[in-house]
Amino acid sequence: MMISRRTNYLMLLAVIVLVTAPLIFVHGKFGGSDDAASNAIAASQPGFKPWFHSLWTPPSSEVESLLFALQAALGAGVIGYVLGRMHGSARERDEQKKKNSAPG
Amino acid sequence: MHIMEGYLPPSHCIAWGAIAAPFVVVGAVKLRRIIREQPQMRLTLAASGAFTFVLSALKMPSVTGSCSHPTGTGLGAVLFGPSVMAILGAIVLLFQALLLAHGGLTTLGANCFSMAIVGPWVSYGVYRFCQGMGLSMAVGVFLAATLGDWATYVTTSVQLALAYPDAASGFTGAFLKFGGIFAITQVPLAIAEGFLTVIVMNALTARTNLDLPDIKPTALGTGRGS
Repeated sequence: MMISRRTNYLMLLAVIVLVTAPLIFVHGKFGGSDDAASNAIAASQPGFKPWFHSLWTPPSSEVESLLFALQAALGAGVIGYVLGRMHGSARERDEQKKKNSAPG
Repeated sequence: MHIMEGYLPPSHCIAWGAIAAPFVVVGAVKLRRIIREQPQMRLTLAASGAFTFVLSALKMPSVTGSCSHPTGTGLGAVLFGPSVMAILGAIVLLFQALLLAHGGLTTLGANCFSMAIVGPWVSYGVYRFCQGMGLSMAVGVFLAATLGDWATYVTTSVQLALAYPDAASGFTGAFLKFGGIFAITQVPLAIAEGFLTVIVMNALTARTNLDLPDIKPTALGTGRGS
């Protein structure tokens, strides 16, 4: 699959627009949709209480964002490592090929 | 966003767990087989798992004025077939349930079913369909990732509607209510995931044809590969 560099940048731009447009044009609290769902359940079932609670909850939103950032960073790090290795070994093989096909 | 801890009745938790478990087990077996028989695919496999890890950590604002996150399961579903994503998705969900109080242990089966099973299977089906229609790989990957992401949140809405049918309008009314929360919020995020998946797929395949002679996903999808 080959995609031109320009198309790649346009797709990245589209992602940025998709994520930022709501912040500009929509007035909302931007809480989690799962909180919205639990509110909807509470509204339709007065007195509802979840029957089980998380074994461990991050003590503050700071700690929670630390863990979310860590999750994203770990994933991004692995993807970067994989891409680097794949492209590195592809180049190595290209060079090997060139050397082998060169006369003498 | 996943179904919150303790929000599904115990009977539903058990039922969804029983439905999801075989998929996760088959996925684990298939994952081991790929690692053993196609060791050259280990890097791509790691990237697929990592992509889900990254995307499900990114809570993005949406048109409904609330936030949700993409799933990132489409990439691996197209590359390795849907069953491998059942185990990779389950690992991500377990991580979030234990460390982030996001989703939950009691709702793990239900969340696995939506994010790690329905999403990847829809992605895979859409991708095969696009190939059959002769569409380009990029278009196929985009549609697969977008619709797989969206299907995950439609499933979440169905699961909550089954557990909390509306007093007046029953399942349909509840489905529309939860769909308005999850499925509508997800539309722009699913499209964003589609673009991101094409970008990463392109990076994985563009300069690496030498490493991946069989990047033809249909061959990988059947588990035979090289």
